[in-house]
Amino acid sequence: MKASPRKKAAKEIVIDDQFCKGCNLCVEVCPRKVFSASSRRSRSGYSMPQAEDPGKCSVCFLCEMTCPDLAITVIEENP
Amino acid sequence: MHPLADKYIRKRTLPLIFCPGCGDGTVLNVFLRAVDDLGIFKDLALVGGIGCSGWLPTYLQSDVLHVLHGRAIPFACGLKLTDPRRKVVVFTGDGDCVGIGGNHFIHAARRNIDLTVIMINNGIYGMTGGQVAPTTPLQGRTQTSPYGNLEPPFDVCELARSAGATYVARWTAAHPVQLLKTIKEGMEHPGFTFIEVMAQCPTQAGRYIEGTSNAGELLNLLKKRSVAREKAKETPPEEMTGKFVVGKLHHLTGKKEFSQAIYESFPPEKSR
Repeated sequence: MKASPRKKAAKEIVIDDQFCKGCNLCVEVCPRKVFSASSRRSRSGYSMPQAEDPGKCSVCFLCEMTCPDLAITVIEENP
Repeated sequence: MHPLADKYIRKRTLPLIFCPGCGDGTVLNVFLRAVDDLGIFKDLALVGGIGCSGWLPTYLQSDVLHVLHGRAIPFACGLKLTDPRRKVVVFTGDGDCVGIGGNHFIHAARRNIDLTVIMINNGIYGMTGGQVAPTTPLQGRTQTSPYGNLEPPFDVCELARSAGATYVARWTAAHPVQLLKTIKEGMEHPGFTFIEVMAQCPTQAGRYIEGTSNAGELLNLLKKRSVAREKAKETPPEEMTGKFVVGKLHHLTGKKEFSQAIYESFPPEKSR
């Protein structure tokens, strides 16, 4: 049996406005539904997703790994 | 920007040319992680063919060849033979790898030369406007098969295995964690490594074959169609139509690697 894992938490989830193309794959893949689509437009005109509550995040990095434009960075709390 | 992108990507080429929601970006993302974990960025030599996926290596700050349509593997063989210490990785698409360059592909697999071929399969010639590819599913509507595709598609992993590749795996863009593990294992494997990544193409394949251009929906479709290798053994063949097997499909160790065989037969000191 594995030792009881330390509960992981995200300090911040950064979505880069410059590179995000608004495909909303992060909304689809996140198992905790941290992301949601929004109507806020980036400077290049894409509808940006938003991560309103990073407290729900379990730091699985699925969004980071799936993001086709490397626009998401999940910053872990005391890694 | 993600710190890994900051470390390895040519910044003046950004943003990536891919359409929003393209699976190619996921493969680039996962590949960067694999290279970072293995710490082999300095030894990399990347080759890209023509097509959307052929653009992937050009974003990295390493040695890159962007070559003729279908001829990525022959150029990579040359690179490997001039210096076997190089870690040569080929990024190629389904049309590039088995459509135009099918012959090069099977012969490189036959030689068992130490390359890592990452084939991104979206089932269509995306960049040129959505023509039918050798991997387009049956009855798929494309620009050049408007009444549905009548040609059965290639099972490229099966082709690679029977041609003599020693490491064959297939994952989808919806399995980034497993893909990362496979790329790392494949790059360490001494021999011809073939990794097929089923990817979504919202602009061409999604719109014409699947009937949706929503990247998230297409990703879920990929996940739904993939059957794990162990489970596929128990599934009757009629239930496997339209689905594909994912996982490590073939791993053979002990077969002689080609560049090693060449350098053993013709040692550099003697030929001088």
